[in-house]
Amino acid sequence: MNKLTFSLNYRKPKSEYKRSEELMICIRYYHKDSENSKARIIKKSTGVKCRLKDWDTDWHKNSNRYPVKSSDPDHERKNKLLIEKVEAFKIYELPAQQKKQDFSTLLKSKVPDGELKNKWTTYKDKINLVNPANKRNIDVIVVGTGLAGGSASATLAELGYNVKTFCYQDSPRRAHSIAAQGGINAAKNYQGDGDSTYRLFYDTVKGGDYRSREANVYRLAEVSANIIDQCVAQGVPFARDYGGLLDNRSFGGVLVSRTFYAKGQTGQQLLLGAYSAMNRQIARGKISMHNRHEMLDVVIVDGKARGIIARNLVTGEIERHSAHAVVLASGGYGNVYFLSTNAMGSNVTAAWKAHKKGAFFANPCYTQIHPTCIPRSGDYQSKLTLMSESLRNDGRIWVPKHMKDVEGLRSGKIKAVDIAEEDRDYYLERRYPAFGNLVPRDVASRAAKERCDAGYGVNQTGEAVFLDFSSAIARYGKEQALLKGLDVNNTSVVTNLGTEIVRSKYGNLFQMYEKIVDENPYKTPMMIYPAVHYTMGGIWVDYNLMTTVPGLYAIGEANFSDHGANRLGASALMQGLADGYFVLPYTIGDYLADDIRTGPISIDSKEFDEAEKLVKERINKLINNNGKNSVDYYHKILGKIMWDKCGMARTEQGLKEAIAEIKQLREDFWNNVSVPGQENEMNTELEKAGRVADFLELGELFAKDALERNESCGGHFREEYSTPEGEAKRDDEKYTYVSAWEYTGQPSDAKLHKEELLFENIEVKVRSYK
Amino acid sequence: MNLNLKIWRQKSKKDKGKIVDYPIANVSEHMSFLEMLDVLNEELVSKGEEPVAFDHDCREGIFGMCSLYINGEAHGPDRGVTTCQLHMRKFKDGDTIFIEPFRATALPVIKDLIVDRSSMDRIQQAGGFVSVNTSGNTQDANAIPIPKENADLAFDAATCIGCGACIATCKNSSAMLYVSAKVSQFSLLPQGQVEAKDRVINMVNKMDEEGFGNCTNTGACEVECPKGISLDNISRMNREFLSANFGLKK
Repeated sequence: MNKLTFSLNYRKPKSEYKRSEELMICIRYYHKDSENSKARIIKKSTGVKCRLKDWDTDWHKNSNRYPVKSSDPDHERKNKLLIEKVEAFKIYELPAQQKKQDFSTLLKSKVPDGELKNKWTTYKDKINLVNPANKRNIDVIVVGTGLAGGSASATLAELGYNVKTFCYQDSPRRAHSIAAQGGINAAKNYQGDGDSTYRLFYDTVKGGDYRSREANVYRLAEVSANIIDQCVAQGVPFARDYGGLLDNRSFGGVLVSRTFYAKGQTGQQLLLGAYSAMNRQIARGKISMHNRHEMLDVVIVDGKARGIIARNLVTGEIERHSAHAVVLASGGYGNVYFLSTNAMGSNVTAAWKAHKKGAFFANPCYTQIHPTCIPRSGDYQSKLTLMSESLRNDGRIWVPKHMKDVEGLRSGKIKAVDIAEEDRDYYLERRYPAFGNLVPRDVASRAAKERCDAGYGVNQTGEAVFLDFSSAIARYGKEQALLKGLDVNNTSVVTNLGTEIVRSKYGNLFQMYEKIVDENPYKTPMMIYPAVHYTMGGIWVDYNLMTTVPGLYAIGEANFSDHGANRLGASALMQGLADGYFVLPYTIGDYLADDIRTGPISIDSKEFDEAEKLVKERINKLINNNGKNSVDYYHKILGKIMWDKCGMARTEQGLKEAIAEIKQLREDFWNNVSVPGQENEMNTELEKAGRVADFLELGELFAKDALERNESCGGHFREEYSTPEGEAKRDDEKYTYVSAWEYTGQPSDAKLHKEELLFENIEVKVRSYK
Repeated sequence: MNLNLKIWRQKSKKDKGKIVDYPIANVSEHMSFLEMLDVLNEELVSKGEEPVAFDHDCREGIFGMCSLYINGEAHGPDRGVTTCQLHMRKFKDGDTIFIEPFRATALPVIKDLIVDRSSMDRIQQAGGFVSVNTSGNTQDANAIPIPKENADLAFDAATCIGCGACIATCKNSSAMLYVSAKVSQFSLLPQGQVEAKDRVINMVNKMDEEGFGNCTNTGACEVECPKGISLDNISRMNREFLSANFGLKK
């Protein structure tokens, strides 16, 4: 029995709907593999909606009747669309042995009902609030002071909660968000180029390769405009035009200019804005700030997160801190690769401890490899430096067309400028004419790898491509010469004028490049290569940003929710601030409303005793290990396994090897690592050892996740699942879900829970930038 | 190249501390200064000795975390860079390099080359903010146009990374450049006007209270500042401070 029919997509019992509510119409396909097997149902959204009262339940009984009744003024068009959808529904494309997905019932996304664009507003109207007098009796711990943690701390304190904030750096101003260069997205449509909340939402979902939660992304797009207003009010000096209004630029994967910026230091200016908002609350005594403290465990009392164990990095003391809720804003885990653009201290420890205490870890394999970083130069290299994506606005990426030129470059016989225009392969413009040099990051990175793997890399190691500004300099120079009434054919005048414009846009980036590489990028093209930059995966959270542990929240890069399998440029800053300023402060009230009578949480409980004991035991083990290898020795080996086998291109075999190798390396680490110094003093090696120990566990889960996901999407590229042209091949039938992993004792034994991703407001398509 | 490092070692805040010699061989000119110290530390750890503690994090010159005083200069001999962006090509084979922490009464040493800069945070807490709630109920960002010139100047001041090089360099251990950068940023923007008077008075008072010295206009801070924060900011702050104290109209 194979049957094709229509149905309404009920999200709750039918009786709870009003007659006037609109529901999505789905195609339902009943399919039996054999006579006796149970029928499978495959559901697919049609994109057509219908009010409950206009739905004809018996439409199939008569050939003259249609699903949408004539009481709907638009019934003719809708019915026609439905018929087209059925005709386009390709049964033969369905996999023969597809099983019904076993979506988890544990994971409750708590996405509110209602129309997408009203969800957040309606939800805010209905959630529980804590009255101002009661907020004074409630403590909240925030771990991390980047854009998410800093803005959340400030706002929670402003609302009246007692906030205790922790960071491992010597000041909250030194969190890694400060290193973000290019900009922050917001659907302001100041440029009048057709931008809107929906378009930002659409770009973000598409850019994320349809692996993010619709409602979260829409909310993000919705509050984005507010962020800019907020930051300007705080005195953040965004770039302005000569009329005194805010300026915008464009980033990869979009067709509008919606990125606000402050030269190449946008992250710095936004973080200092959040830092200043925090300072205001620190001065008022509403935030107690704990600098140079590292969270080493989360304490769970009666199933709720009620505090943390932290190490004072100056004295080595192990401290207990209690609160009614704990917010993790501890950033991403890109440093599992050892070499990344993350700061040296960025780590997974806080998130990983939470995972081991019951927070599910979602999509660990989604990693963003940023296409424009300075190539590595030697074994001693400690980190990689990012060159902002904004450079792709004006820079053109190329490698030589001919092998003889590549050889000439490597032997130093010729320079990039000696290669004639027609002998250059602007491979992004060639492969993706619509988006050209502004394709999303994952696409640009893979394209660079493809050219370098084919042997066209332009430096000694063969791992670099050119990013060339000569066309931009000439273009801007001509424009300026015209404006100033100078000779547009005088090359040196034009070059000087153009150079000045490029300097004003990207001056600090060019200076940074010159200092590191010792070459003048105004005269010779930059050399760039992809590097690990951001992790879309993270702790699983629901719509409220709460993890699977009640009272434990995760915000910013530490959570998984908004970027799907690939993040668009300038969206990380947007998400961090949206979570911290505008989302968490509301949603946390819904949970804390139950805690107004709880009173202070004691730190003298058996749960705190137990957690502290385990933390101390682990530190003692590391200090007294007396092994022979340094911490960095292990971190570098782990990084190499990750880069080679879980990097830009992954294979089943490689991932299996990675799992085995990481397991072995972890064992070796615990037997042979050497940590000099004592535990009761400042000990930077001990700090590193604890972080690397956690990376050694995360790495294994990472590989397991990548192995389980038999498709290519966004930052996760499996060689087995690609088209002959090397483009990623997604598998929507099988993998339109979030992989949330539950810790069960060993990373490799983690249990998979699947959260189904439903796309009701967006058509899931093949992501094409051609 | 081979180098002779002379590094300040100090076990803790209370310890007296001393310079210790560390010869190091095979340093590549492409290394950054901190990568050279990484190599040294790796050697020390493999010998079972305690590595040299130094602050560092982003290694791209933006956190303001690194803080070394190299051969008598904050962030070393190069201009417009932090220590992490200083490359060994600035040195030559056989050089002796003195590496010390930033020194000032208000920046006490915690261990080896790491200093406590929380006094700098406390100055910011005294007034380095605009008192606007972060509820999002603010007016549209384009409601008040800001002349590009002022926006750019405010940005230039706001690029201060708070590393403390100016303080370490100043013979008076003055924090004037650091404080004036924040005061200038807000005094150039309409959003900062409302609290301008209180801000400058509170921040300057806090600076004095924390034990930072006064400014005698030598301009050394501007030379050593990795972000090129201009001395103009100090004049701007002095003007703000005077008019705030005497109730003058600006």
